[in-house]
Amino acid sequence: MTLFKKAAVLALVLATGACTNPDRFGGGAGGADGGMSAGMAGSASDPTSPLFFNQTIGDRVLFAVDTSTITPEGRTILDGQAQWLLTNADYRAVIEGHADEQGTREYNLALGQRRANAVREYLVSRGVPVGRLQVTSFGKERPIAVCSEESCYAQNRRAVTVLSFSAVTS
Amino acid sequence: MMKRFLTLLVALMLAGPVLAQGGPLRLTITDGVIEPITFAVPSFEAESPAAQQAASDISRLVVQDLAGTGLFREVPATAFISQVSSFVQPVAFADWRAINAQALVVGAVNVSGDRLTVKFRLYDVFSGQELGQGLQFAGTTAGWRRMGHKVADAVYSRITGEGGYFDSRVVFVSESGPKDNRQKRLAIMDFDGANVQFLTDSSSIVLAPRFSPNGDRVLYTSFESGFPRINVLNVANVGRQQLQTAPGEMAFSPRFSRDGRQVIYSLSNGGNTDIYRTDLATGQHIRLTSAPSIETAPSLSPDGSQIVFESDRSGNQQLYIMSANGGEARRISFGEGRYGTPVWSPRGDLVAFTKQNAGRFHIGVMRIDGSEERLLTSSFLDEGPTWSPNGRVIMFSRETQGAGGTSSMYSVDISGRNLKAVPLQGGASDPSWGPLQP
Repeated sequence: MTLFKKAAVLALVLATGACTNPDRFGGGAGGADGGMSAGMAGSASDPTSPLFFNQTIGDRVLFAVDTSTITPEGRTILDGQAQWLLTNADYRAVIEGHADEQGTREYNLALGQRRANAVREYLVSRGVPVGRLQVTSFGKERPIAVCSEESCYAQNRRAVTVLSFSAVTS
Repeated sequence: MMKRFLTLLVALMLAGPVLAQGGPLRLTITDGVIEPITFAVPSFEAESPAAQQAASDISRLVVQDLAGTGLFREVPATAFISQVSSFVQPVAFADWRAINAQALVVGAVNVSGDRLTVKFRLYDVFSGQELGQGLQFAGTTAGWRRMGHKVADAVYSRITGEGGYFDSRVVFVSESGPKDNRQKRLAIMDFDGANVQFLTDSSSIVLAPRFSPNGDRVLYTSFESGFPRINVLNVANVGRQQLQTAPGEMAFSPRFSRDGRQVIYSLSNGGNTDIYRTDLATGQHIRLTSAPSIETAPSLSPDGSQIVFESDRSGNQQLYIMSANGGEARRISFGEGRYGTPVWSPRGDLVAFTKQNAGRFHIGVMRIDGSEERLLTSSFLDEGPTWSPNGRVIMFSRETQGAGGTSSMYSVDISGRNLKAVPLQGGASDPSWGPLQP
């Protein structure tokens, strides 16, 4: 029990601490475990590296309660993502939609899909070939912040663009 | 609106005891408060030395099942005046009347090798009559709990005039680990939390299992591929295969048709989620809804002719009913807040649902025309009701608040009474209550 609590607290610290991406390289909270391994991440200062994508551009956009509308802040991040994906044509991405815990399980799966799809549509509108983008949803199954307050919910209502390296065939 | 429901509930609670005094032993289950029937179960007779443990265990289980409903109250053995040492000896009714036991269950157990037989008789103490006839069940010693549940089901059924629910199983999701890395496995248990068996490992997320009508298969959503997909699992051999759905990016929320031959489910494409039906034998797919909104959580009426489902076409989650072949849907939920996860009752008269309002979650029931909404529970997060085979009890998931939040399963009568946790080790969610076993 104590151990469990410690783990939960640690996860909370990670999640709220640095605005980094603990679910990407930690291997814990990602869920789909993307396709990206730590070895491929490169350096955050190298603009062609996935780490640059994840941290400098930002791999995720956040949503208001029960919506899938891309916010102005979200647009800025997605403009950067689109630019990066167009420059680094050997990467594909799976966009993972997520919801906060304040909803029923199956509805939240559908809501997460709606969010992921909104991101895909935006990236496609910026020129990213649709064939390089897949969407999935984890609903409320993989929160990144575990408190039951809006400060955590706001981080959990997200769509994360998870890169994978593969020569694009079409 | 909310206030009116509360008032209604209070009125029901004040309605007072409903008990046929002096008449035959009969309990009519109503939505009001019921004065429990008092009953005595002297330890069943062991017909052989090998049967002693089973006789004692089975009689305790019968007591536990009956008392657990809240409709029956045990008269403890310490109050007994006469002892029942033999199944065949005449019952001294006066001794049981004196301690105010309205019902008396006597039984006997025989064990031969791994074979176990249980027989029992039920007496209406105040009329001095046997209620129904003596009945015998046969099974294995390992399956002794099922024999006990069967006796309790028969007693429940004879006194209430309704089917029982004790000899039934529940498939659910067993949970462990912290909230942001929760491990989920499919598991099956007896309705009372005993005999837990795991059906999958925790290598990928599994969600929302549903029993087939006869309990031989389970449908569930799996993230094995990283994308939600529907699996069909054979309970007997735990073999599983992916359902070939209509083409789509995500498939989830599966339920069997009443004949077990078709699956209705949700399919998502391009941010839109609709309800589809696939025939398991032919692989033929039919799209049942085509709105740009989220349509999910379908549930068929007992006769299979209609589907209740949730949709946010009005702007937020509400409940709708349409033909099982799709087409026009009529909205049935009009209260405050959001309504999801509708489940049609086995009797066909009610829909159980999850309601989210003012930061709280509730399990509730309403009639199929949306009237007489009644909220049975209230907590930080209750969701996902499932009906007992007789439509009298609802099981659901309850998640506690905060970073250390965990999920457990609870059951509650449709009257709102008798709320209790299912006793299990570890977390549990998404129950689906199977049929009474043959």
